[in-house]
Amino acid sequence: MNALSASAVAAPSSTQPLEIDSLVKRFGNVTAVDNISLNLSSGECLGLLGPNGAGKSTLIRSIVGRVIPDAGSVTVFGFAAGSAAARETLGWVPQEIALYPRLTAKENLHSFGRYYGLTGSKLNEAVAWCLDWAALQDRAGELVSNLSGGMKRRLNMAAGLIHHPRLVLMDEPTVGVDPQSRNRIFEMIEALRETGMTIIYTTHYMEEAERLCDRIAIVDHGRIVALDTKEALVRNAFGSSSQVLARFEGPDGKVAAWVTEHGGRMAESFADSKADSTAQFTVQHPTEIAALLDGASAAGLELMDLSLRRPNLESVFLHLTGRELRD
Amino acid sequence: MVSLRRDRGSLVLSFIVPIAFFSMFAIIFGSQHDTVGRVKIIVVDQDQSRASQQLVKGLENEGSLVVLLKPAATKSQPQPADYTAATGEAAVKAGDISVALIVPQGFGEHPVAFGGGAAGPAIQLLYDSSDRIAPQMVGGLLQEVAMTSMPAPMAEEGMKYSEQYIGSYTPEQQKKMKEGLQQLQELQSRPDAAKAAPASSGGGSGGGGIIAVKNRSVVGENKNNPTLSFEAAAVGVMFLLFTASGSAGALLEEAESGALDRVLGSRIGMTGLLTGKLVFNILLAFTQLTLMFIWAWLVFKVDLPSHIPGFVVMGLCTSFAVAAFGMLLASMCRTRAQLGALSTLLILVMSAIGGSMFPRYLMPEAMQKAGLWTINAWAIDGFTKVFWRDLPVTALWQQVSVLLAIGIVLFALARRIARRWEYA
Repeated sequence: MNALSASAVAAPSSTQPLEIDSLVKRFGNVTAVDNISLNLSSGECLGLLGPNGAGKSTLIRSIVGRVIPDAGSVTVFGFAAGSAAARETLGWVPQEIALYPRLTAKENLHSFGRYYGLTGSKLNEAVAWCLDWAALQDRAGELVSNLSGGMKRRLNMAAGLIHHPRLVLMDEPTVGVDPQSRNRIFEMIEALRETGMTIIYTTHYMEEAERLCDRIAIVDHGRIVALDTKEALVRNAFGSSSQVLARFEGPDGKVAAWVTEHGGRMAESFADSKADSTAQFTVQHPTEIAALLDGASAAGLELMDLSLRRPNLESVFLHLTGRELRD
Repeated sequence: MVSLRRDRGSLVLSFIVPIAFFSMFAIIFGSQHDTVGRVKIIVVDQDQSRASQQLVKGLENEGSLVVLLKPAATKSQPQPADYTAATGEAAVKAGDISVALIVPQGFGEHPVAFGGGAAGPAIQLLYDSSDRIAPQMVGGLLQEVAMTSMPAPMAEEGMKYSEQYIGSYTPEQQKKMKEGLQQLQELQSRPDAAKAAPASSGGGSGGGGIIAVKNRSVVGENKNNPTLSFEAAAVGVMFLLFTASGSAGALLEEAESGALDRVLGSRIGMTGLLTGKLVFNILLAFTQLTLMFIWAWLVFKVDLPSHIPGFVVMGLCTSFAVAAFGMLLASMCRTRAQLGALSTLLILVMSAIGGSMFPRYLMPEAMQKAGLWTINAWAIDGFTKVFWRDLPVTALWQQVSVLLAIGIVLFALARRIARRWEYA
């Protein structure tokens, strides 16, 4: 039996998993969530992509009901966020390893299952499913403090799903995890998606959002600056254009002046370099590159390096915010 | 509970250390049947008269005293000389002895002075003023022994006073008095005569004194361990407070790790969570107390089986109060280190003024009143009522009411302060 297909939660008053309307949350002078509105469809995986401090975790905590907003509303399957009914339908995987270190993996799952009101055979089934999903069956009797970082992360995720929620919020679940464990976590999430689970996934890694999410919301300074599929985001920001990165050598100041004159811009990290400089150009067609290079040569600039980059989410973020995703 | 079971250090602190402490106190204070021990004194008889020797003999037979006439024999001095006034005083100054009695030369000629103001030289009682009990005790016993061990000198002196105030006796009266005195002296000179004087402490009649006194203990007559149940309660409550504070600190660890956040995001709210922890801590405290009293029963013969209803009532009420106290401290602190420092300070102060370290009835009245603000005082009073005074459960209403009220108020405060964790 697929444990996820049987839900013990109350019948929802709405089929829409999540509706956020004009949400605002301030901490002192800092506006952590600035007028965010967002809807989620059933079975969808929505990515919240943004750097540290963008407001992703505060948004997640507002949905869970751990943060009381200053304005706006959040409903989960029609229930007000923070209400008992909403909490029953919601699963939360916090960014911290929120487990009891002196209990075993199995005991942790039992404890959190009990907190959600599971008992008896239902609880045992749920624990068994979680251990199987997280591939921790052979470590079930191990104290959490003795598990590796990757295992703790997997257990942390499993504890958020013990009660068979309809909507899962995962707040950067791969932080501090090695690539192999990270891949394992991706497989776990993909398995969840196949069951029709609705997921919100926050991350500051572009490749995670690209791999796992149907739609991606780019979050910066508490606002959603763009929300769409990956392809649509790139197309809206760059059309069919590509980025050319070219590194030139030439007299002081001349490179920057020539680049600006020809519609490009200097990459920030190289802006102050006097020996050589890397410029970024946007071209609609690769054939434009030849004309660009001819022009540079005619101006006395020596080409040192050249690459063609198709735009990605990081490019979109840079284009929309003027900052790198990992700033 | 699982976490506690796996933390060997906490297990030892929660269960072994309190029992060890109690055992120490029980051995120190519980093996004595009387509330006051035997006092060692040095006696120097400079007079060596019949009267002074009778007095010394009487002191030696006094059950509360250990009379030393000469120092203990050593390898270098296998037959030491008797104490002198100088060596007796030196021994008191050195702290070897609390009291030295110097019976002066000429004492035997006028040993007794009725109405104060001795006609002859006075006995010197040398003492260390830091010991407030021994000098007073020895002074009182000295008077009593004088009454009971020197009847002939007492009678002789009495006759002199009556001659002085009433008038001379007739020759026939004088003859009869001399014969009587002689008989008395012969009686007094018998080897077993001095042992006829009764012990000053404990039960029995005071037939050898001026007025007949019969001592009867109305509390603990059949008990041979007057302080053990007090020690069990006193030490128990103090360690219950430490354990409760430590256990409640798990809340801070949960807050730090994020587990608390996760729990509050589930079905359980803060009230449910705190109540669950309170119930666990009450059971932990009661278990701790029960184990201590079972140990006291098995090893030190405290009569637990006859006092189970009272023990259960007082144990649960005390456990509730200390558990709530622990929860309040945990909710007030930000870190385990803060909790440790604050709880140590508060618990030691409460235990000192509440009677866990020193009986409250021996404190000044102001301190006794201050002690009523502590859980310790009410718990110890209740357990003393149960185990020492053998009072019924209904007599505990005051202690039960106060402990329950303390628990309710402290828990309500803890809940209020814990709101800081509920929402941002």
